[in-house]
This record gives sequence, C-alpha cells and structure tokens, in this order.
Amino acid sequence: MKKVIMGNHALSYGAMMARAQVIPAYPITPQTEVVGLLSELCADGLLDAKFIKVESEHSAMAAAIGASAVGARAFTATSAQGLALMHEMLHWAVGARLPVVLGNINRAMGPPWTIWTDQNDSLSQRDTGLIQFYCESNQEVLDTVIQAFKISENEKVLLPSMIVLDAFVLSHTSEVVDMPDQKLVDEYLPSYKARYRVHPSDPHSFGALTTPDAYYELRYKIERSMMEAKELIKKAGEEFGEVFGRKYGLIETYQTEDADFIIVASATVAGTARTVIDELRAQGQKVGLVRVRVFRPFPFQEIRQALKGAGKVVVIDRNISFGHSGIFFQEVKAGMYDQPDRPPIFGYIAGLGGRDVTPDTIKEIVADAKGKQKSEENIIWIGLKP
Amino acid sequence: MSEKIEIRGERDMPVNAMSLGLMTWNKTGSWRNLRPVIDYERCTGCMICWKFCPDACINIENERPVIDLDYCKGCGICVEECPKVAISVVKEE
Amino acid sequence: MVASKALANALMMEGKWVQTFPEYGVERRGAPVVSFTRIDDKRIYLRCKIYEPDHVVVMDPKLMGAVDVTGGLKSGGWVIINSEKDAKTFRMLDKFRVRTFDASSLALKYGLGSKAAPIVNMPMLGAFAKITGFVGLDALLKAVREESPIKKDENVQAAKEAYESM
Repeated sequence: MKKVIMGNHALSYGAMMARAQVIPAYPITPQTEVVGLLSELCADGLLDAKFIKVESEHSAMAAAIGASAVGARAFTATSAQGLALMHEMLHWAVGARLPVVLGNINRAMGPPWTIWTDQNDSLSQRDTGLIQFYCESNQEVLDTVIQAFKISENEKVLLPSMIVLDAFVLSHTSEVVDMPDQKLVDEYLPSYKARYRVHPSDPHSFGALTTPDAYYELRYKIERSMMEAKELIKKAGEEFGEVFGRKYGLIETYQTEDADFIIVASATVAGTARTVIDELRAQGQKVGLVRVRVFRPFPFQEIRQALKGAGKVVVIDRNISFGHSGIFFQEVKAGMYDQPDRPPIFGYIAGLGGRDVTPDTIKEIVADAKGKQKSEENIIWIGLKP
Repeated sequence: MSEKIEIRGERDMPVNAMSLGLMTWNKTGSWRNLRPVIDYERCTGCMICWKFCPDACINIENERPVIDLDYCKGCGICVEECPKVAISVVKEE
Repeated sequence: MVASKALANALMMEGKWVQTFPEYGVERRGAPVVSFTRIDDKRIYLRCKIYEPDHVVVMDPKLMGAVDVTGGLKSGGWVIINSEKDAKTFRMLDKFRVRTFDASSLALKYGLGSKAAPIVNMPMLGAFAKITGFVGLDALLKAVREESPIKKDENVQAAKEAYESM
C-alpha cells in the first residue's frame, strides 16, 4: 500500500513495523514528529510497545540500553544537541554490544542557534562504533529501520545502528512511500532473541570493570564485528530486495561505468546530483555519482572499485572537520591512497546550516573541478559570501 | 552594537552570532494577532500580569502595568491570569 | 500545508510521484507560510526549494502586499487567489493567468473556521484541481477526506462545490 508520508513518520512506521518493544524518547526540533506518532501508535494500541517519556536524550539512550540489555527491541530518535547529549551513552551501547536502533535527524550544531540541516551532529559520533546509514528518500528511511534491526541484532554484529536523514529536506518532506506488508516484515525480521541478556534469575553485568588484560581484546571484537557487518549489511539489503523489490547496499552508483568524472555525495545532496548528472550527460559530459549510504563500517572496497578509472573525483561534504576538511573527503581520499593510478580528488563544502544545495551549486562544483588540474586545497568553499 | 548588521558576506559578520539576532531590532510584536488592552478603571496594580508574562513585556510605570507592544506576541496569558478581568484582547489589523 | 498534503495524496492515487514540503522555518501563527509541491510521472530525485514554480495558489490576499507571491513564477502560470474581487483587480499580474475564487465565503458556508479566520485550504484545493486539471474529482475528494483532521464531510462538500463551480 502506498502512502504520502513525511520522513519523520517514515522512521516511526519503520519502528512500528519492526515491532520495537521499548521506545524511550525526548522531543527536539526537527525530530518531534517521530516521537509524536510513535506515542500515538502506542496509546492507540497499534504498536505493542512501552513508550517512555524521559527527561533528556542521555536518559533516552540509557533507557534504550536498559531495555536492550534485558532482551527487548529498543528504538529511539533525536537530533543535533540531543545526539551530542546522548554521546556518552552511545559509547555505552557499543561497548555493551546492545543492538539499539536510533534515528537521527541531521541538524547543524549550535550556537549560533539553528534547526536546519548539516551532518556535523552524526559525524561527530564517528568513532563511537555505531553503524551509520545516510538516507536519500523517505522510502529508504522506512526500509532501513527494518534492515538495521536485522543487522544490529545479528550475533556476529551486536552493535547499535543510527539511521540519518536530513532535517526538513527529508524529515518534513512528504512523499510517496510504499508501506511494506507487515507479514512479510515479520518473516524478514523475526523477533529478537538476545544471546546476552540480564534476568533476575540469571544475573550478569554489561559494564563490569575490565583490566588492560581484557579490554584490548574486547575492542578487537568490536572492530571485527564492524567488518562482519559490512557483508551482513549487503546481505540484508539484497534479501530486502528479494522480498520487497527494493535492493540496498553500502554504496549506490549512478552512471559510473564509463564516467571520467565522478561526484561522491551522501543523503539528499546525492539525489539532486543525479538530476545534474542527467543534465550534463545530455550535453555529452561523462559524469557519474557514488552515493555513500553506509558511513560506518566504511565501504573501502566498494568505493575503490567505483572510482577506479575515473579521471577526476569530487566529494561534496555537508559537514566540516575544522582544521582538516570535509569528513567524507578525508575518508574517500584515505581510502584511495594506496591505489595505483588514483584520480585527483577535490573536496567541496556545501550547504552547511541548511544553505540550499541546488542543481546550480552542484554544477558550479563540477565546473570548478574541471578547471583544475590538481587538488591543492583540502577545502573548497562553494557559495561562500565573501 | 544595537543596530542591525546588514549581511552581505563573511567580512561583515562578527566571529559569532551575537549581533545577528539582537532583540533591539527584532521586534517580535509583529507576530501578534491579538493585542491585549488594559482597562485601568478595573486594574488594581496587583502586577500578577507582570509576573506571568512569559516575554517580560509588561513594564511597571507609576505602579501600573504597561504592555510593551514592541515585543508582546499576544499570547493572552495576562488576559487569562488577571483576577480583575481588566485585560481584554482586540484583533490586530 | 494540509492542502499540499491532500493534493499530494490525490496525485499519488492517480499514479503520480509527488514531493511536498513547507518552507523550512520556524512556523508561527499569523506569519506567512509557504508550501511547495513537485509533481512528476517518474520518481523525483531533486531535493531543494522551488524557485521557479509553474503555478501559485494564494490562500490569503492580504499577503500580496507583504510577499512577492509571483516571484520566479513562470510566465503563463496560474495565479489562483482567494478573493471575492474580480480577477481584473489584480492587474499587476498581467504576465500570468489569474483566477479569483471566494473560498472564504464557501468555507464559512460549511462552518470551516470562523469569520475572522476561515479555513480555506480544501475549497482552494478544489478550485486549483479544476482550473489546472492536475487531478480528478474522485481522487481529490478521497484525499480531502483522509487529510482533513476534523469536519471531514464539510471539507469534502466544500472542496466538491469549489471544484464544480469553476
């Protein structure tokens, strides 16, 4: 059944169809509708879950951790300052190996106060050990919630996932979403059977003091699970495609086969880039797109494969690591370092704090990079008012 | 620094946003649909409205409340709280 | 915004791809609100504001002083205004096709909103649907029913009368 829904509600319906059992949440613009709909679904009995109103985002993740530790499927959502406040608990969920699924609406960090989109909130959580998905459409948001539980709960993974969508550009944009059939979702995602859990009759601890004797190995296990997750994300995306007709992977390529110029982008900027590619192709320019869907674990192999043979690559970042460069740019460039015949890679910053990224913005980037031989700067600012 | 900065570009801005959203020129009274009006015949000067106004828009002048219409957003809380029913609203045109 | 969502829903029922979003901002009562809708036969990938619309619907003619409602509007596009006045009154809009429709009176007839603030979105949508021919009456009324938060029958009747009066 098709429905016109906003991105925030795609998250809510995803959690509903995944049959989340515990939903602790604290509202924040532009995430409020996610929580609003979930609380209504719980109150109306359409979702058999415990909705917990908590007093902060730190508590939201803490409660999700508690729920997950007893073997319940837990979901929460937040944005920007809320995610920052949750930071300590994100490390906690990862270290305790609890498969919580979190929705984050990408909102720029304040001050100055802002509610509009950029990716610095979620990318600031880069090194926590969360699996991170960047979505391009409301359909992908809903589908990814379901896949994320399957991936996170796999015993080879047991890591929390974060599903990321752009503030307003997706969160408050309504579009056509094909609502999956609940019976098929139940078959695709059976109920969670926790291998490690606490119970009054079987007490354990998830956070016991660990000496240098053991901590090191436990970190190694997290990293190994991240590597396992790569294949499992691909497998979950393929299986999803077989059941629901929409396939997902770590990256998505568009017109890259014969491209001599490739744009690397993520989230909704990638969508707008597709329209630019169609336009430039019609003029005879061989331009292609790599959309990075999964940021952690980072898809090194897939990106190397896709960029092989390209004459030039531009990375568009709606984020910045101050004192370095755009974050996707760093990672793509590092991933290409030991490749023979690596193309020059240019890093562009665009759309911070919700500055609109239009087809003209992307055309300006393409034209700018085409006019340059080598990438000499780490950051090229697009649309900066001097 | 009470004047609104005209932003043409990065060069015109201070390092932070401290002067970009200054309330001296951001007169939120323009948001108002309904204007509170005090009937001073009924007003006893108890100042309950002053205490309840969430935007600190009621000033005390000669022991009487005076509404600062530059900033009053017309929420109507003063109307609701006045024990003497001395505040009413009129529609802004 | 409710009208945009109903329009999107109706278009979906007729097999179209749609995307609708409000002007991203801090909405507050009484402030001008802008809402955008993109329509296509295929999936929509473009994700930015609409700077050059094909058509404009003006729910409140008082906005025409404060807001440049035809900014970026393609020439020959429809400007549909909620007004009891004749379309000729809006002569500054010569470049465009202008239609007026007294949605406020119609809204009041069906008890939608108050005299001070009639809720005109569904009647305006009915008028828009007929004038542009973007969407048929059946899908429109079904969508109006689904998207009206309250007074579903009244909204449906108002939208229908608006559609048929055009």
